[in-house]
Amino acid sequence: MSSTAYTVGRDQAFPWRSALIECAITAFIVLMLAITMVGIHLETVLGGLAIATRFADVGVAVVFAFIGRLALVAMREGHPLPALIGATAAAVLGVFVPPIDIVAAILQALGAEAPTPTPVLQVMQVAGGAILAVRAAWLVWRQRGSAGRRAERGRSLDAFAAGMRGWTTLIGPIAIVFAIALPFIFDNRSRIDLATLVLTYIMLAWGLNIIVGLAGLLDLGYVAFYAVGAYSYALLGTHFGWSFWICLPLAGVLASSAGLILGFPVLRLRGDYFAIVTLGFGEIIRVILLNWFEFTGGPDGISGIARPSFFGLAEFDRSPPEGVTAFHELFGLEYNGIHRVIFLYYLILVLALFVNFVSMRVRRLPIGRAWEALREDDIACQSLGINRRNIKLAAFMFSAGFGGVAGSFFATRQGFISPESFQFIESAIILAIVVLGGMGSQAGIVLAAVLMIGMPEIFRDLEQYRMLAFGALMVVIMVWRPRGLLSHRDPSVRLHPPPPRQLWPFTRLPKPSAAPAEKAAGQ
Amino acid sequence: MTATAGQPLLTVDHLTMRFGGLVAIDDVSFVARPREITAIIGPNGAGKTTVFNCLTGFYKATEGMLTLCRGTRSYLLERMEGHDIASHAGIARTFQNIRLFANMSVLENLLVAQHRVLMAASVGTIAGMFGLPSYRHAERAAIDKARQWLDRVNLTHRADEDAGNLPYGDQRRLEIARAMCSGPALLCLDEPAAGLNPRETHQLNELITGIRDDFGIGILLIEHDMSVVMQISDHVVVLDYGRKISDGTPAEVRADPAVIRAYLGEEEDEGPQSQASAGA
Ligand SMILES: Nc1ncnc2c1ncn2[C@@H]1O[C@H](COP(=O)(O)OP(=O)(O)O)[C@@H](O)[C@H]1O
Ligand SMILES: [Mg+2]
Repeated sequence: MSSTAYTVGRDQAFPWRSALIECAITAFIVLMLAITMVGIHLETVLGGLAIATRFADVGVAVVFAFIGRLALVAMREGHPLPALIGATAAAVLGVFVPPIDIVAAILQALGAEAPTPTPVLQVMQVAGGAILAVRAAWLVWRQRGSAGRRAERGRSLDAFAAGMRGWTTLIGPIAIVFAIALPFIFDNRSRIDLATLVLTYIMLAWGLNIIVGLAGLLDLGYVAFYAVGAYSYALLGTHFGWSFWICLPLAGVLASSAGLILGFPVLRLRGDYFAIVTLGFGEIIRVILLNWFEFTGGPDGISGIARPSFFGLAEFDRSPPEGVTAFHELFGLEYNGIHRVIFLYYLILVLALFVNFVSMRVRRLPIGRAWEALREDDIACQSLGINRRNIKLAAFMFSAGFGGVAGSFFATRQGFISPESFQFIESAIILAIVVLGGMGSQAGIVLAAVLMIGMPEIFRDLEQYRMLAFGALMVVIMVWRPRGLLSHRDPSVRLHPPPPRQLWPFTRLPKPSAAPAEKAAGQ
Repeated sequence: MTATAGQPLLTVDHLTMRFGGLVAIDDVSFVARPREITAIIGPNGAGKTTVFNCLTGFYKATEGMLTLCRGTRSYLLERMEGHDIASHAGIARTFQNIRLFANMSVLENLLVAQHRVLMAASVGTIAGMFGLPSYRHAERAAIDKARQWLDRVNLTHRADEDAGNLPYGDQRRLEIARAMCSGPALLCLDEPAAGLNPRETHQLNELITGIRDDFGIGILLIEHDMSVVMQISDHVVVLDYGRKISDGTPAEVRADPAVIRAYLGEEEDEGPQSQASAGA
């Protein structure tokens, strides 16, 4: 297997025999279920019903079950990396080539009749592959670089990240100044729109980071809170005409309450079970939005959501209704549609910085330290008198509240929302940003969001290969840096003064291993 | 029994713990007093760790009554939730396999232990959020307390390093310091000397007796190393296959034929001298 190259530091051989038996049993169960449920069905034909078969689909499903189970076993046995590569490959492949086409090609080559294509298997392959890939990426990330070459490889970058600490005092302000100047540097509507989008994801990732990065709970349904926030403003705004500036904090509060409500049932769950149930909640919210037609407008969504005013003082329209000031008149400017775009950009910048400020501050408070302790060892937490239930709920409430605020911003920016915008893939992207950025690292998240959201948009010309390249990039980063891009963690409180800050991070590299030092310098 | 009278701190009454068909603890009763080190010894699998798990709320005892008297209040442990046992009744423990917060600094480990006090001072995180003086005062007090414990376990110079990077012996001492930072009335130590070298074991003995003498709390000590048990404990409880087979001063226990038969086997009184068993 090519997998051996990646699984450094494992302590025992992979139990092939028992793994294959387990996969075979799974495949058999799927076969038994699928033959009756999928393989044979009734079709209305002229003059009555006829029995039709879909055995090709059954065959593909059985193969999926076998391979998927193998990936799960690999993860369980401590080899998440081959699972990550395989699952990503499967998901990406599924986007381009429906599995049934492959079967059809084989059958045609054998001279048999081609089966009728069904999209279900393709969806299964893409969704299943994506879920497995996220799970495997998480495991790879959690697999601390404890042993062997992985640790060696990581050390040079850890030293780099530690050296970066000298920079962060500078880089933070530089980044903020750059962000403030950005609308004037790029006087270009699409670039500012893109920057707004990246900032939205940065805000969401900073919010999710509280649950995932600090409290160590793998939440796969974060988009639910984003949706609650967006629909809160959309409904309150369109039905009661409430102003955006009232609804913004209100959306945060409502999403926070949703976090509390959804938090309760998952309190006792851990690890995989927690991830699966949160994934389910994310989907439940979306399905409710889709089906509760009278309330949410169903698949049609809600349109005509009011755009934000300039803090209630002025509107951004060219000719606002009687008695309302226009923004350009207020400031004596020429009317330009870009004013609103720039205003929205600054709005999300301020909101994102607020989330950053609050979460950095909370990290230094007892509750933040308890979150991190929960991530490290929840049994020890209990033995120290920490009420795990309350701590988890607090993490949910903080995280969900920020997601809700981001959601109401999304609603007002788009002017139109529908359940389409709140699919699982959004949760996966936000989670990927957090994981890619590095454990609880605020700066890493910015870097990852720029990479994940900015790059695919910029390289849109690559068309479909863009997603392929994107998947490959994820795998490469996970191989190369399983704990995330910038995973250095500074203690929240110090007894001794910190080591002197250095502005040139490379000098902090360990002396004995010169080779990795050069590698890092080359990055 | 020991001559040191006084109110018992912990009373274990007819404790039984069953896992399915397996009886891990079978009708065990004993008491632990303040200002005393009560050692629980016994072969591997005798049920020692299970006693700790019942006391600290990780397991729900099948039968029996566990009472802790702290000042004028007494707590029925088997009716309380795990975190309440730690924070209200005041039972702190260490684990046979060290459980530190490995990716947090040594100082942070000690501050997490003071969570309850700090959380109260931060008034639902609001006072903390705005850095009100009352909170900052409480935080400074917590850091001072942590610092005193770091001095006691000789870890002050490593306060800002990740706990997971400490050598094994330091981790053991840090775990004890962390348990003590939560301000307990009863400290439960699960094989603290496992895996330590003789010099470290000696330091550990001084640390444990120091805690008993300076803080006047009760200590429950699970230990395999007989030299440690005989030197520092005031009272020894011997378990074998979940049953209590002996209870008394170290000298009494050492002379008890049942103990010699079950635990010390054919060997002499001294037992396995410095069998620094690597924690089973
Ligand atoms: N959670 C559990 N489930 C089933 N059996 C257990 C559990 N915990 C402990 N036991 C059993 O109880 C017995 C006593 O274990 P333990 O208290 O760990 O012994 P020791 O005295 O070495 O600390 C052992 O036989 C062990 O297998
Ligand atoms: Mg034990």
